[in-house]
Amino acid sequence: MAKILVIAEHDGSALNPSTSKCVSCAASVPGAEIDVVVFAKDGAEVAAEAARIDGVSRILTVERPENEHALAAVLAPQVAALAAGYSHVFGPSTTFGKDLMPRVAGLLGVNQVSDIMSVSGSHQFQRPIYAGNAVVTVDVPADTVVIATVRTASYQDAGSGNSAPIESASAAADLPSHTRFVELKTGSSDRPDLQSAARVVAGGRALGSEEKFELIFKLADALGAAVGSSRAAVDAGYIAPETQIGQTGQIIAPDLYIAIGISGAIQHLTGIKDAGTIVAINKDEEAPIFEIADIGLVGDLFQVVPELTDALG
Amino acid sequence: MDKILVGLKRVVDYNVRVQVKSDGSGVDTAGVKMSINPFDEIALEEALRIKERGDANEVIAISIGPAEAQQQLRTGLAMGADRAILVEAEAGVDPLTCARVFKAIIDRENADLVILGKQAIDDDASQTGQMLAAIWGRPQATFASEISLDGSTARVTREIDAGFEVLDIDLPAVVTADLRLNEPRYVKLPDIMKAKKKPLEQIALADLGVEAAARITESEFKPPAARQRGIMVENVAALVGALKDKGLV
Repeated sequence: MAKILVIAEHDGSALNPSTSKCVSCAASVPGAEIDVVVFAKDGAEVAAEAARIDGVSRILTVERPENEHALAAVLAPQVAALAAGYSHVFGPSTTFGKDLMPRVAGLLGVNQVSDIMSVSGSHQFQRPIYAGNAVVTVDVPADTVVIATVRTASYQDAGSGNSAPIESASAAADLPSHTRFVELKTGSSDRPDLQSAARVVAGGRALGSEEKFELIFKLADALGAAVGSSRAAVDAGYIAPETQIGQTGQIIAPDLYIAIGISGAIQHLTGIKDAGTIVAINKDEEAPIFEIADIGLVGDLFQVVPELTDALG
Repeated sequence: MDKILVGLKRVVDYNVRVQVKSDGSGVDTAGVKMSINPFDEIALEEALRIKERGDANEVIAISIGPAEAQQQLRTGLAMGADRAILVEAEAGVDPLTCARVFKAIIDRENADLVILGKQAIDDDASQTGQMLAAIWGRPQATFASEISLDGSTARVTREIDAGFEVLDIDLPAVVTADLRLNEPRYVKLPDIMKAKKKPLEQIALADLGVEAAARITESEFKPPAARQRGIMVENVAALVGALKDKGLV
C-alpha cells in the first residue's frame, strides 16, 4: 500500500488546479491512500475546496502565522516532519512545487523525482529530460520515501464530488526567520490563468513590439483565452515573463493552443505538446511549429489575426 | 562579502537536439558540442557583476564531473572567475550528492553566497540549489531575476507562475538564476589567454569525504510520443471552419 501526501498549492483563499492534478497522479500509484495537506495562516476556505477532490481520504490543515506565504524554507521542515507517516510526498511541478519539494528531499536526505509524466509502479515513474526530447523511466530505491513533483500538464483534474474529512494537524518543526516575504507583483489581469485555461493564444517575436502584442490580447479576449508567449517575445520585452511557455517557462495543456508568429523552437514545443489542438499562424511555411500543428495557416499575422478576431468576436 | 561560489555544469549545448539511442540505453551524446549550462553562465555573470561593483572579493567556479569539464571551467575563468575547482566524478552525479559536494566546499571556503543555475538543461531536474540550501540550513531564493545586496541581506526578485515574488534573505544563502537575471558577457581572446594562468584545482569526489546519496536509477529511454502533422488551411474562413468542426469555437 502507498500512503501519499499531496502538498496543496493555493494563494491563501483559492486552491490552485495543480493540486487536483497531483491527486490524479497519486491515484495512479498502486494501492494509493491519499491525504492532502494545506499549509496556511487560515486554511479553512482552501481545505473546504480540497475536500471535494475525488480520491482524497482526508485533508490536513497546518495553520500557523508563518504559513501565510508559501516560503520553501518555512514549509519544508513542516513537510519533512509530516513525511514520516507517508511512503510518497507529491507536489506540483509549478514554481511553488519546484521551489519547495527539493528542499524537502534535501532535509530528508533523498533524491527527488522531478516532473512525473506517468506512473508504472509504486517506485517507478516516467519523466522528461532534455527539454522533452527523451522520456526516461526512473526507479526510486524501494526502501526510501518517494519525494516527487508532478508534471501537471500530463494529468487531468481528479473530479470534485468528494467530501473528505478535514483535520487539523501539527507539524512540529523549528521555523527559520532568515527568509522574509516582501511582496508579490502580479500582472493584474482579468484573463484566465495560463495554467488552467482551456484556450491559450500565444505570440512570438514576429509581433515586433509591445504595442503590436495588443493583437494577441484582442484575439485572446474574443476567445476567452489566456495569453502566452515564446521566450523570444519575452526577451524582446514585448510581454511579461510569467507568460513564457516552454522548457524554462510554463508547461501547459489547454484544449486549444494558438501560436502566432512563433517559429517553434524545441524548447517552446516541449511546453505545449500536451495541448488538445494546436493551431499555428506563421508567415514562414518552413517554421518547425507546423510540424506539430493540427491546423496550420501560412500568412501575415498582421492581416490574419485581426480577421480571425473579427470572425470569432 | 568575501567569496561567491558558482556552479558550472558541463551539458550538451543548448542548440543540439539530442536523440535517444536505438537500444533505449540512453541519449546519444557522442561527438556533440558540450557547453556550460546556460543558467549557470547567467549565475556566473551575476557573481562577476557583484564583484565588479565592489560587493565581493572573489568568485570561485566549481564543476562536478569528468576531466573534460575543465573546458567549461576555463571558459568560466575567461569570463572572469578568479579560480576554479573541478570535483572529478563520472558524468551525471545526482543532485543530492552535488549539493553535498557544494556544502563541503562551502565549509572549506567559508562562502557567503552561492549562485547556481535554476536547472540544468540536460536532466531538467531543478533540485541542487534547493537541496544545498536545505542541508546548509540557509535561505534559498530560486528562479531569481534580480538580486540587490544590502550588507548582510539580499533582496531577490523571483519569477514565479503568478508574476514576481520579492524576498529578503539573510546571507549566507543560495540563489538560483533564471533567464532574465542578466545577459552573460562574451569571452574575448585575451581573456582566454589569461584564463590559462588562473588556478584550477582538481579534487577527486572520493577525497572530499562526501557521502554519496542513494541514486534514482534510470532504466529505459524513449523518444517522446510524436504529434502527427495536421492539416494546412488557406485562409481565416477555412481556419474558423476547421475549429468549428472540432467543436473548439
